Amino acid sequence: MKRWLTSPRACFVLAGCLPLVNFVLPLWGIRLYAPQYPEGISMYIWINRITGQLDLVNGLNHYIGMKAIDPAGIPELRWMPAVLLVMSAWAFLVALLPRRLLALSWVGTYSVLGLVGLVDFYLWEYDYGHNLDPTAPIKIPGMSYQPPLIGVKELLNFTAVSFPHVGAVALVVAALCGIVGVVLLWRQKA
Amino acid sequence: MERGAKRKRYLLGASAVIALALASGSCRKEVSTQGFLAEDAAQRVYVPPGKYDEFYAFLSGGFSGQVAVYGLPSGRLLRVVPVFAVNPENGYGFSEETKALLMTSHGFIPWDDYHHPELSQTNGVPDGRWLFGNSNNTPRIARTDLTTFQTVEILEIPNSGGNHASPFVTPDTKYVVSATRFSVPVPQRDVPIQSYKENFKGTLNFIAVDPQTGRMKIAFQLLVPGFDYDLAHCGKGPSYGWCFFTSYNTEQAHTLLEIRASQNDKDFIAAVNWKRAEECLSQGKGQTWPAEYYHNVYDEDRHLAESEVKREVTVLEAAACPGVIYYLPTPKSPHGVDVDPSGEYIVGGGKLATVIPVHSFSKMQKAIAEKKFAGEVAGIPVLAYEATIAGEVEKPCLGPLHTEFDGQGFAYTSCFVSSEVVKWELGTWKVADRVPTYYSIGHLLIPGGDSQKPWGKYLLAMNKITKDRYLPTGPELAQSAQLYDISGKKMKLLLDFPTVGEPHYAQALPAELLKDKVAKMYPLEKNHHPEVTRTEKDARVERRGNEVHVYMTTIRSHFTPDNIEGIQVGDTVYFHVTNLEQDWDIPHGFAVFGSENAELLIMPGETRTLKWTPKKAGVYPFYCTDFCSALHQEMQGYVRVSEAGATVPITFGTGK
Repeated sequence: MKRWLTSPRACFVLAGCLPLVNFVLPLWGIRLYAPQYPEGISMYIWINRITGQLDLVNGLNHYIGMKAIDPAGIPELRWMPAVLLVMSAWAFLVALLPRRLLALSWVGTYSVLGLVGLVDFYLWEYDYGHNLDPTAPIKIPGMSYQPPLIGVKELLNFTAVSFPHVGAVALVVAALCGIVGVVLLWRQKA
Repeated sequence: MERGAKRKRYLLGASAVIALALASGSCRKEVSTQGFLAEDAAQRVYVPPGKYDEFYAFLSGGFSGQVAVYGLPSGRLLRVVPVFAVNPENGYGFSEETKALLMTSHGFIPWDDYHHPELSQTNGVPDGRWLFGNSNNTPRIARTDLTTFQTVEILEIPNSGGNHASPFVTPDTKYVVSATRFSVPVPQRDVPIQSYKENFKGTLNFIAVDPQTGRMKIAFQLLVPGFDYDLAHCGKGPSYGWCFFTSYNTEQAHTLLEIRASQNDKDFIAAVNWKRAEECLSQGKGQTWPAEYYHNVYDEDRHLAESEVKREVTVLEAAACPGVIYYLPTPKSPHGVDVDPSGEYIVGGGKLATVIPVHSFSKMQKAIAEKKFAGEVAGIPVLAYEATIAGEVEKPCLGPLHTEFDGQGFAYTSCFVSSEVVKWELGTWKVADRVPTYYSIGHLLIPGGDSQKPWGKYLLAMNKITKDRYLPTGPELAQSAQLYDISGKKMKLLLDFPTVGEPHYAQALPAELLKDKVAKMYPLEKNHHPEVTRTEKDARVERRGNEVHVYMTTIRSHFTPDNIEGIQVGDTVYFHVTNLEQDWDIPHGFAVFGSENAELLIMPGETRTLKWTPKKAGVYPFYCTDFCSALHQEMQGYVRVSEAGATVPITFGTGK
């Protein structure tokens, strides 16, 4: 039993299970604080939706001319669940048939997808933060409102705090499991 | 430093003077902090910015018709809640949705005299759900919901006048009771005033409260002789099942009462066994009498109050139900009647008496069983005074009115004439301490002080006269409240502050019981107002004959629509304004030029309607009256009014 737990198979079972966390918990969390919002405003990004006080955020953002965040207009939210399911299935396949190449290509594809995801997220934030309505009531020359990818940033009266939620952490841990699995596979065969 | 030290010496010296002055029976004001250094008192009442007070007190406004909420110990005014008086500040009684709350069988009444706030109780302790209040002039009982601090129900009481002994709850809020202070012909009719003794009656009313919704319904009216029934409290613990009502004017005078109603050495406390009344009613001994009274209920889902006219009421005549009521002789025109936390002692406030009489519930039970009657009034047995009395507090003060309890075995009685609070011990009936009030105290309050488990700690005196206590404001002066520390052996004055209106009674409870259950907004998806506008796309203007309905929305920082044309002189315009905000503390206001009405304040997710009848052609601005956002000043619009018969079509929009 103990040997099985430290086997490449176990690593890939974990790597297959962890991404599924994203079906019950969000990927990313953004909180906004301001003098008149000491309690904070929350927004949660999931693989398939955006929850939290989205209407409130959109209502406030219209002053600076940011376009409304409309989950229906973000295609990623439609195909991310499928991508995750495919990657999970692939990880389970590796657990069943622990071949080096199959495992390595999972790690490669998974990492590329992860990076693409982060870049994509950044681009969305860039678009929302820079692509502003020229008729907005509040216009400050040189000011953009791109929220941070990770970390804390002052945006006018708001302090934006953006951090990975449980879902993203699970995805990273899944990647690490995959890497450990590949290393173990290599050692077994060597 | 030097001056401070001198001041301390002066204060200590002055408190000794006060003690002497009291011992000699006179009552002079020398200094405001008996035995308490001003700095210490200041620390005791200091609540740091951003922190809540430990307790919140609901002080009736008396003739203001409202209830004011103050923090204790800071004395900071938190909020004024309109109940029996219209409130142009937020449109209460002016908006179409709230008018029905103030409807009565005598029409729309914009004012009344709110005397006694009473918190709902569970297991004999205030539970923070509802606040009941009475109107004294046109008899009604109101219920204010403590999740929204909005008055949500007002029930008219028929066959009653001067609804003063009201509203007092049973420990489980099964009933809230009320009684007639000014007896009237029952049923009301045109008779000579001289025929008082023959035609005038009192009613002791038991209003059933639904345990889930809080909705009130008159369970029965107990018909009693036409005395003035003044105050009440219900039994608890062993005396659960009984309620007690004081009476004066047992002489049944109908003119010059100050003399003619002060002749009898003893008047009565009416002890009503409501469980017995329930038995009699279930045996069909009640009668259904015709009556006309309004029951007004605010529906939180529809954001709308509606009136129901009731046509009958259940009346129980005392003679039809032996054992339902006994009179306890009590000296002398008693005012308050207060039941101690154990439920055993019933304290009468004989306002013209030289003692504070305390009846014993167990002795009363025994006297009833042994039929120790001193006589009978209109078929109601009068118990012998000696048979029910537990003790008398000797020489307490002049003009004892009301008593509250600290749960530590002490009672605190307010004394109007000698202007002081007297602390005395239950059981020994000995005076333990006394402290002056400035001036002429009426009611007093201890948090939970009329419940089974008082929180104690503070006592708030509500004074009728202030004279030199504050900067004079012309002949009309403020009333005041004074806060005392009662945690030690001696009562210590901490603070005094002017009040809204004339507070009669007040009740207080810990902030803990309220802070987590107060609503932050109304969810828009649960707004089922018949004229709700849920999105800006649905905003519109509709003409129906001479009525124009504007379905308007507000969200930072614009109205939709904000330009309206096609209204004519002679039209009645209804602005149905829905606040689309779903954010905490973002109300919007609405006011339109020339409106003979108040403004509207519309809470997030709420719908409110303002009726407007423009008189002259022109273009009139409207705007948001509640500073809502950085662009609040821009939150405005125009409505064009054309002459009657003009051909201007209805058009509307925002940003077009």
